[in-house]
Amino acid sequence: MEEKHLICISCPTGCRLSASRETADGEWKITGNRCPRGVAYAQNELHDPRRIVTAVVRCDSELLPCLPVRTNAALPKRFIAPLLNRLYQMEVKIPVKCGELLLADIENTGVNVIFSCDCVK
Amino acid sequence: MIQEETYDVAVIGAGAAGLAAAAETAGAGRSTVVIDREELPGGILRQCIHNGFGINYFKEELTGPEYATRITRIAEEAGAVFALGSAVTDVKRLPDNRFGLVALSAERGVVRYTARAVILAMGCRERTRGNLAVPGTRPAGIYTAGSAQKLLNRDGALPGTSAVIVGSGDIGLIMARRLRWCGIEVKAVIEIMPQPSGLPRNIAQCLDDFGIPLYLEHAVTNIGGAKRVEYVDVAPLADGIPDASKTFRIQCDTLLFSVGLVPENELSRQLGVELNPATGGARVDSGFQTSVPGVFAGGNVLHVHDLVDFVSEEAALAAKAALRYLDGAPPPERNRVRVEANLKYVVPGYFSRNLNTVFSFRPLITADAAQLTARLDGEIVWKRRLRGIRPAEMIKVELPGTLLNRSGDLVFSLETELEA
Repeated sequence: MEEKHLICISCPTGCRLSASRETADGEWKITGNRCPRGVAYAQNELHDPRRIVTAVVRCDSELLPCLPVRTNAALPKRFIAPLLNRLYQMEVKIPVKCGELLLADIENTGVNVIFSCDCVK
Repeated sequence: MIQEETYDVAVIGAGAAGLAAAAETAGAGRSTVVIDREELPGGILRQCIHNGFGINYFKEELTGPEYATRITRIAEEAGAVFALGSAVTDVKRLPDNRFGLVALSAERGVVRYTARAVILAMGCRERTRGNLAVPGTRPAGIYTAGSAQKLLNRDGALPGTSAVIVGSGDIGLIMARRLRWCGIEVKAVIEIMPQPSGLPRNIAQCLDDFGIPLYLEHAVTNIGGAKRVEYVDVAPLADGIPDASKTFRIQCDTLLFSVGLVPENELSRQLGVELNPATGGARVDSGFQTSVPGVFAGGNVLHVHDLVDFVSEEAALAAKAALRYLDGAPPPERNRVRVEANLKYVVPGYFSRNLNTVFSFRPLITADAAQLTARLDGEIVWKRRLRGIRPAEMIKVELPGTLLNRSGDLVFSLETELEA
């Protein structure tokens, strides 16, 4: 039997999760979670680890040198470094609204990058 | 000419606490000004670009700027007036029991505010290298974690190329990931305690994800470098003292200190508010009123919280009590609340008979399970078994007013040896 230990990152509680499977191609069984998000997190983490990505992009505001942005969902880890490089090379035009789309469908994952604050001047 | 403005409520600080409080008092129809030295509202949330905020307060996971945007909008829609870019330099109680505040702003010069109630929401500031008295030279490249965060996330500038982080609090851990995501090498996180002081999920996603080593029970014993940081010396602790024979050197050009926060209470002192040395904040009653009638406090100015959601919740409670004060309700009683075994502090520091009250504690111990006990006037009135006790996590419990049915000292203790 194979066993792995994970810490759930879905909320500040940080449940200590155990994942076990009988055979190398079997289904992982998750325990230690206090809510269903723990199971979803562990399954993703074991098969295709993903993270929410947050960063800043330069902008032409007179008040702020840069604006915070985020992915609207967790992005597979292998796409994080290329995305960050792309974001750091951008300069965006204001005004923008919190939640407004910056980049759509990163690497065909369906994950978008959105602005995480308002900026009007 | 000095401008004068009059309000029912003056809130000092437009962060997660002040905005929640202002939304509450303005929403109830009381004229409210919220004063902050920054040009934009949101406080420290604006530089906390990572996600993880708001699950309790907004029932949704948000980044810091998103949380700030939402709570600002709520306060604005409630009708709060914002005085931004304005630093409150003086606050005092007037002979007519109102309060006089003086604020300086580049735009408007000196403005005098008069208010019937004051809500203190100034938050906290970071402890620094100076607080730890770390030996060594005084080169460039030494930052508090929060000032490096501001540099990266608000100014869009890099603090250096290779870093060591002192302290494993959440801000330090979040900064470890942020530095890595900006192409800066993070050589190590150094923690004097035997356990990390940040949340487990931040150890997982900010250190383990990047293979950043965490040295527990280690201390930085020397900082080297002439103009810029060149290296730090690190030694393991034996009985709390660095073992110099096992010192090792880490080359780096940047050193971040994430070594705790201190409530910012200079203005509270001006008002003559009674402070609790254990929290660094005011000693408040069950309605978060300080020892000065009409002055309330909530959020990190009162005690340092783990989660911003609790900061907003607490400040909203303080604001509700401020509304009762303005309505002329009699002040809550001031029966003393104290802590004994294994607890660093309790908030509030006073209780009122027959009132349901939420108490917040900071434990001093790490334990899988422990029993929290309340004794009123020497007699056990309440106890609860708690799991997963860690100094990094605040304990919050509500006691029903029916149990708090007489005056006398209310004393809490946390015991690990459970009675059979």
